[in-house]
Amino acid sequence: MFVAIILILVAVGSVLFHLWSPWWSTPIASNWGYIDDTIDLTFWITGVVYILILFFMAYCVWKFQYREDRRADYEPENNKLEWGLTILTTLGVAGMLAPGLIVWNDFITVPKEATAFEVVGQQWAWNYRLPGKDGKLGTAATQNITDENPLGINPNDPSGQDDVLIQSEDLHLEVGKPVKVLMRSIDVLHDFYVPQFRAKMDMVPGTITYFWMTPTRTGTFDVLCAELCGVAHHAMRSKVVVDNASDYQTWLAEQETFAQSIAEARNKTKTIKTLASK
Amino acid sequence: MADIGHDAADYAPPAELEEVDLYHAKSWITKYVFSQDAKVIGIQYALTATAIGLVALVLSWLIRLQLGFPDTFNFIDAAGYYQFVTMHGMIMVVYLLTALFLGGFGNYLIPLMVGARDMVFPYVNMLSFWIYFLAVLVLVSSWFLPGGPTGAGWTLYPPQAIMQGTPGREWGIIMMLLSLALFIIGFTMGGLNYVVTILQARTRGMTLMRMPLTVWGIFVATILALLAFPALFVGAIMMLLDRVLGTSFFMPHIVELGEHLKYGGGSPILFQHLFWFFGHPEVYIVALPAFGIVSDLISTHARKNVFGYRMMVWALVAIGGLSFIVWAHHMYVSGMNPYFGFFFATTTLIIAIPTALKVYNWVLTLWKGNIRLTLPMLFSLGFIVTFVNGGITGLFLGNVVVDVPLSDTLFVVAHFHMVMGVAPIMVIFGAIYHWYPLMTGRMLHEGMGKFHFWITFLGAYLIYFPMHYLGFLGMPRRYFEMGETSFVPESAATLNEFITVTALIVGFAQMVFLFNLYWSRRNGIVAEKNPWHANSLEWQTPEMPPGHGNFGKELPVVYRWPYDYSVPGVEADFIPQNVPAGGTATGAE
Amino acid sequence: MSFFSELTAKPWLPEQATAGGLNVRALPPMNVGRTALKFFLGVASVLFFMLIVAYAGRMAFEDWRPGPTPWLLWQNTIMLILSSMALQWAHYSATSGDINGVRVGLFAAGAFTFGFLTGQVIAWQQLGTSGYFEATNPAIAFFYMITGLHVLHLAGGVVGWTAISSKVWSGARTAEVRESIALCTIYWHFLLVVWLVLFALLFSSDNLDVLLAICGIK
Repeated sequence: MFVAIILILVAVGSVLFHLWSPWWSTPIASNWGYIDDTIDLTFWITGVVYILILFFMAYCVWKFQYREDRRADYEPENNKLEWGLTILTTLGVAGMLAPGLIVWNDFITVPKEATAFEVVGQQWAWNYRLPGKDGKLGTAATQNITDENPLGINPNDPSGQDDVLIQSEDLHLEVGKPVKVLMRSIDVLHDFYVPQFRAKMDMVPGTITYFWMTPTRTGTFDVLCAELCGVAHHAMRSKVVVDNASDYQTWLAEQETFAQSIAEARNKTKTIKTLASK
Repeated sequence: MADIGHDAADYAPPAELEEVDLYHAKSWITKYVFSQDAKVIGIQYALTATAIGLVALVLSWLIRLQLGFPDTFNFIDAAGYYQFVTMHGMIMVVYLLTALFLGGFGNYLIPLMVGARDMVFPYVNMLSFWIYFLAVLVLVSSWFLPGGPTGAGWTLYPPQAIMQGTPGREWGIIMMLLSLALFIIGFTMGGLNYVVTILQARTRGMTLMRMPLTVWGIFVATILALLAFPALFVGAIMMLLDRVLGTSFFMPHIVELGEHLKYGGGSPILFQHLFWFFGHPEVYIVALPAFGIVSDLISTHARKNVFGYRMMVWALVAIGGLSFIVWAHHMYVSGMNPYFGFFFATTTLIIAIPTALKVYNWVLTLWKGNIRLTLPMLFSLGFIVTFVNGGITGLFLGNVVVDVPLSDTLFVVAHFHMVMGVAPIMVIFGAIYHWYPLMTGRMLHEGMGKFHFWITFLGAYLIYFPMHYLGFLGMPRRYFEMGETSFVPESAATLNEFITVTALIVGFAQMVFLFNLYWSRRNGIVAEKNPWHANSLEWQTPEMPPGHGNFGKELPVVYRWPYDYSVPGVEADFIPQNVPAGGTATGAE
Repeated sequence: MSFFSELTAKPWLPEQATAGGLNVRALPPMNVGRTALKFFLGVASVLFFMLIVAYAGRMAFEDWRPGPTPWLLWQNTIMLILSSMALQWAHYSATSGDINGVRVGLFAAGAFTFGFLTGQVIAWQQLGTSGYFEATNPAIAFFYMITGLHVLHLAGGVVGWTAISSKVWSGARTAEVRESIALCTIYWHFLLVVWLVLFALLFSSDNLDVLLAICGIK
């Protein structure tokens, strides 16, 4: 009796916790509402099964508790029942898998109008690169990295000269515009993760990974690293600000391009050298 | 395998192994230390695994203290925290769970349950244990070397694992990889023993389909382990070469602290494939023996046959086979080719079907049973609850697109602790309460056991069930501290404190359990023979605990399956496997 | 086949409650060794398969530079083939009860195996001192690792060979060593096949093309 009551309490308690929990997904800020819907669907299907199994167990424990004068049933198997349950389970699994795969297909099919920008991870900071006026990102490689070119942009690629660099500062995005996020790392694995966007992907040194999304509401969101990257993993933070069109353009105009940053770095070295020679 | 079962019906072999085959201990050292008796080796495995498991338990308290009360404990810094997390994970998965289920229960139970005198290669079996012991020592040694143990996370992903920014880069990672390689060599020796013993040393009448599900679970899990561990072995050796000799198997061109490193051209993702090709079967290496054992516990204590025995066997085999084609579901957001997602999501959700079937058969075994709420039964019920809970959250994470927001969050931590931490450990506890009388001749103390069960079961549920919701919220795993964020409410910190306090209480209950193990050996109630009225052969030995050679003068002859409980028309509610047709259980009592 | 037909048995049926009929215990003890060897070969196959997969995965990268092929490997391959053949001869002689044949076969197998092992070590040294050597070249790193693991497996076999040989030369009869020679022969053949696969795939000079052709890409 006691055990049965506890089992029921576990079931009921879990449901109540779910209903009253103040902890749940953050309000979404991207187009991936379908992901949330798939989670909800999975929750309903599996939740019902879980509660049913718990209640069934509680009933068995209460109803068939040991008595000297009673005997258990002798039933080695029941093909009809077992196959019936198999088919039901298969249907339930298919009901979760099919929508999941459809959404996944959306997730990995980048729309043509998406503009690309780049996230570069390093221990333990975030850098970003936006295409310049030509709308194209120049090529880049870890091999190109020097003191004045910390992101390893190809200095000989003309389309890279006007790329906008944002180093260790907030990234801005324009609301309603789909973006393709290209990701690169210069040292270890990182993972570009903004909880409100729902999407995330590892950044792997030596290759470029990607995902796409459309920011759907303005605001400032935390960027976290979601792949263990060393002792300061938890402190690798940044912010992404989703602006409306005019704010975004104002911000963009203030940013430095690759060519400017190189020139500035060279000037600085020159000044230091002249100072030193004096 | 094609040789099995072809003997003609009228062929009556001697039911006796030639005594030359049986090893005899000559001194105390060869009897208890360098023993070749599988029962002693099993207990050695279990004690070593428990000892190192205690270390991992203490590490988990330190982890929880930091998460529940950040900025309170000065002796835990970020480097230490990541070392605790890494060692806790690796010890629990490999050195405790794998070693305890296969090395511990496998060694103790296989020969007894299939009716053999010992393993077929006792000497190799002994070597297997001592190599495992050495592996544990090598692992522990990393605490005493410069830099301490590795803090790379239990998955040891390169490049991070062998770079400056990770603690234990000096010696810890080297010792970890060496220790794993040793563990694998030792396990392969033991594993060959288990498989060959089950296939070739079964007693007369013990057909494959008369084996208890415990043996089936250990059998399939051992085959998985034999075929999966080589992948980890290869990965460990390659990373060792990268770290020590500067090869570039997994290391691409890297700039660290402004310096170009000498590495170039390696693939970090290759390591992930090798790791998870081992890592996913590893989950089932732990789960399948638990499935098998819990089936026997439920059946024995519900006085009813396992419902759908054949389906249970087939499901074990099917899960084992499928477990080799699902590995990349750990890598949905790793940057691998995204089209793999379709394949691996499908295979992963297919594996849910035989697994669900097993759950149905366990609860259907309870249906119309005659359920004794003994400690093994309580732990079995606890197993079903936590396993189903952890299994359905697996359906979230296996469905590729749902995994995207949830991966690398506390949801994952809660999921795998529930499904391959708490659930198998429930079975381990249940099994210890069940077989302790066989091993020692005394029962464990009931009151302490009940206390242990309720605190452990409810406590573990209270720890991990709410933790899923922190994962929904988006709190990442492997975070030394959450720091300032705009999306984590204050209340999450309160929940973390609650989880920490609960974890400490559950930890305390384990101390009670250990005390019970120690105390009952001298003071427990003396067990009658076959105290649970079980059918399988390990309870039918002439002495209890079974002596050297297990079955006295003559090996038992098996006439029936191990689940003849409450057979209609028979007065006793059980008929042991060695009772001929028409016989009754009285002879065995 | 019987393994799977046995899996459909219904062990609870009353007519099955007998000891006979489905007896499996009566296999001769030697089968224990054979079963263990089969499983071990499975384990070793997975090991080498993983190495090949890792190697192939690495080859697909653009910057792949094939390693040099020391000509000595051809000679070593012939040595290994001869040692396998010699063991096969020993096995054949053991089955037909010819103890002298067994001795000749075992001795020759040992000599050729020794030749192979020495040859491999010399090849490592040659490569190490040649201008090609470079730890970060994956082809070279793979060469050392894969051949090293193969040599380790063969060295394990040599332990078995030593045990058998000492028995034979201390006067054992063919019947006593027949089964162990058979197991030893299987193991040598297995390592030969593994070596041939590794050799063909990994150390022929334009190996990337070979792999792509096998995969049907080219």
